[in-house]
Amino acid sequence: MNKTLLLGDEAIAQGALDSGISGVYAYPGTPSTEIMEYVQRTKDGKEGKVHCTWSANEKTAMEAALGMSYTGKRALVCMKHVGLNVAADPFMCSAITGANGGLIIASADDPSMHSSQNEQDSRFYGKFAMVPVLEPSNQQESYDMMHYGYDLSEKYQVPVLLRITTRLAHSRSSVNTIEPKEQKPVYTPEDSIQYVLLPSNARKRYKKLLGIQNSLEEESENSIYNKYFEGKDKSLGIIVSGIAYNYFIENFDYGDIPYPFIKVSQYPLPKKMIEKLCDECKEILVIEEGYPLIEESLSGLLRRGIKVRGRFDGSIPRDGELNPNIVAKSLGIEVQQTIPISDTIVGRPPSLCDGCPHSDTFRAINEAMSGYSKGRNFSDIGCYTLGALPPYQSINSCVDMGASITMAKGAADAGLLPSISVIGDSTFTHSGITGLLDAVNDKSPITVFILDNYTTAMTGGQFSPANGRIEEICKGIGVEEEHIKIIEPLKKNHRENVLIIKEEVAYNGVSVIIPRRECVVTLTQKSKEKKKAK
Amino acid sequence: MKKDIIIAGVGGQGIVSIAAVIGYATVEAGLFLKQSEVHGMSQRGGEVYSHFRLSDKEIASDLIPQGKADLIISVEPMEALRYLPMLNSDGWLITNTTPFINIPNYPDVNKILDEIKKYPRNISVDADKIAKNLKSPKSANIVILGCASPYVGLEYDKLENAIRLMFKRKGDNVVNVNLEALKAGREYKN
Ligand SMILES: Cc1ncc(C[n+]2csc(CCOP(=O)(O)OP(=O)(O)O)c2C)c(N)n1
Ligand code: SF4
Repeated sequence: MNKTLLLGDEAIAQGALDSGISGVYAYPGTPSTEIMEYVQRTKDGKEGKVHCTWSANEKTAMEAALGMSYTGKRALVCMKHVGLNVAADPFMCSAITGANGGLIIASADDPSMHSSQNEQDSRFYGKFAMVPVLEPSNQQESYDMMHYGYDLSEKYQVPVLLRITTRLAHSRSSVNTIEPKEQKPVYTPEDSIQYVLLPSNARKRYKKLLGIQNSLEEESENSIYNKYFEGKDKSLGIIVSGIAYNYFIENFDYGDIPYPFIKVSQYPLPKKMIEKLCDECKEILVIEEGYPLIEESLSGLLRRGIKVRGRFDGSIPRDGELNPNIVAKSLGIEVQQTIPISDTIVGRPPSLCDGCPHSDTFRAINEAMSGYSKGRNFSDIGCYTLGALPPYQSINSCVDMGASITMAKGAADAGLLPSISVIGDSTFTHSGITGLLDAVNDKSPITVFILDNYTTAMTGGQFSPANGRIEEICKGIGVEEEHIKIIEPLKKNHRENVLIIKEEVAYNGVSVIIPRRECVVTLTQKSKEKKKAK
Repeated sequence: MKKDIIIAGVGGQGIVSIAAVIGYATVEAGLFLKQSEVHGMSQRGGEVYSHFRLSDKEIASDLIPQGKADLIISVEPMEALRYLPMLNSDGWLITNTTPFINIPNYPDVNKILDEIKKYPRNISVDADKIAKNLKSPKSANIVILGCASPYVGLEYDKLENAIRLMFKRKGDNVVNVNLEALKAGREYKN
């Protein structure tokens, strides 16, 4: 047994490696990125014994992992919560095909939206797909649950969803690790049409999935990760799940907890355990990170049974992440009065780095568009989303990855001319290409800026799948060559860039402008590494 | 024994290294630790913080409850003030006095420093100046750690060892200058 300090994300990665996975597939996204990055730093990762290169998006990642699982080998897919929307099609259908080699989908939620567009709760996807969900409360469980999860996945031939949230992903603690297992040999599925979801077979497979639901519930009932704790004070029974368990325990200083409670870390919910709690107690308090999933299943639509408290009745705020104080309040424990926050303090929003290529691009776009009314710039997700804030205030939308080109197209279709869009290189290959194809086929009068800083900067500078081939991709899907312009976003080129932009914006068809200059952060990193090498 | 420490600053100011030094020292001392950090969006010049908890008993929460922190170590004065509500009634506030101004509406620095000085248990240090005098401007954060060292709940030599371990790869020079920075901070008086 070894003891190592690991982030929650890293514990998942190490757990997967020690469970004998053959590959990790992922697209970066806070707070999940460090899972893949950890594997990439290991010896097995570097030597290619475990697949660990980035995928173009979460859907391709999910499908590749399903392919690996098909061969009997163990695979891991990682993404942030909204990534699971992108991968939802293969994810939902993988519940029907089932898994051959163990398959775990790790989805990292971001309650309070520290770095995200929404705070959706991945557990709903698990319930939707009817697959087991594991929700570790700490780093050790994150590690242990990988071993447990792969066994569970193989026992029932079903994919397993592992759900964590930001705090666990990015919190470090010591983890005991065990001897790594060997990778599995290749063995293709016994049933040669298991993965062929023709309606006739899909119906069979779906019945099979329905057929294991009782067993999955039984597993939850007997799982070491779900536990019933007796308590003397039956005026209240408590259900805590995932990381909420830690905040709960914190409030009792590790002393006795007077109330009966259940710690839930595996789904489907352990019905009998919960039944016992409801029979014993007068009232139930549900403390869960994320949406009120457990609370809703308990209280039902009509709220006629036992009184259930939680996020719906205001015992806990309806949105946002939990912390020890919020949990204290819900338990009626007094919170320490402290020095109030000084009103001298102002917020410090994130901003583009000094010398960032995007800042020169936004200056040029703003000037070139100054002759038109505002509200025409549809943008996307990446560092350049900060172009919404002063001093640029250049962009008017940021919804989901890829939505810039398609929204500009829709606006142009509606008659908002000119409409332009701004998308990063990595976001373009993630989900922008298909939208551009729509625009080309319709000859939509839009100008698309593909900001090529050679990297996926927002999440820390990962490999960008376009890899310097953006103009080739655009040509390939039919953008006219004379309307693909590459500019270098630099102060000294400002005037020339403004002219090029004006000209393309005036063109009545699809134009692509590629402002190309490396992200200053990755550039500095590289020059440091070079120095070191010398 | 239990210490709950908030480490604060602005994205890119290197609060990670402060946490790492305390981390190494905590492990060497055989104590439990939980350290939650900020990754992602805020790292682009936004406010960042780390909750560092060390204890001789197992630790539950990754986040320090409000009003329970024993110590704030901040590499930036306004950020120090931001986390003051986290401190317990006899907590210490250790901060750099050099502001990091990357917003147009940064408040009057003197007002901030005055407010910090009103808090009785504070050490305010111009760590940037001390680090520059040591000819190692990048060691400002280690100077601040030095100031905080009597309050972190770890022996001083454990912190020294941690610095040796952490900077070993960068050569003796870097190790020594950071040890000096730690010492200069330790010896600093308000
Ligand atoms: C579906 C989905 N996956 C991942 C993310 C996380 N994410 C946000 S922006 C981004 C990368 C942006 O890279 P790029 O488009 O090249 O822009 P840059 O940050 O380099 O300017 C990622 C991975 C997300 N928001 N949504
Ligand atoms: S990380 Fe790179 S792309 Fe992002 S703001 Fe900084 S320089 Fe610009």
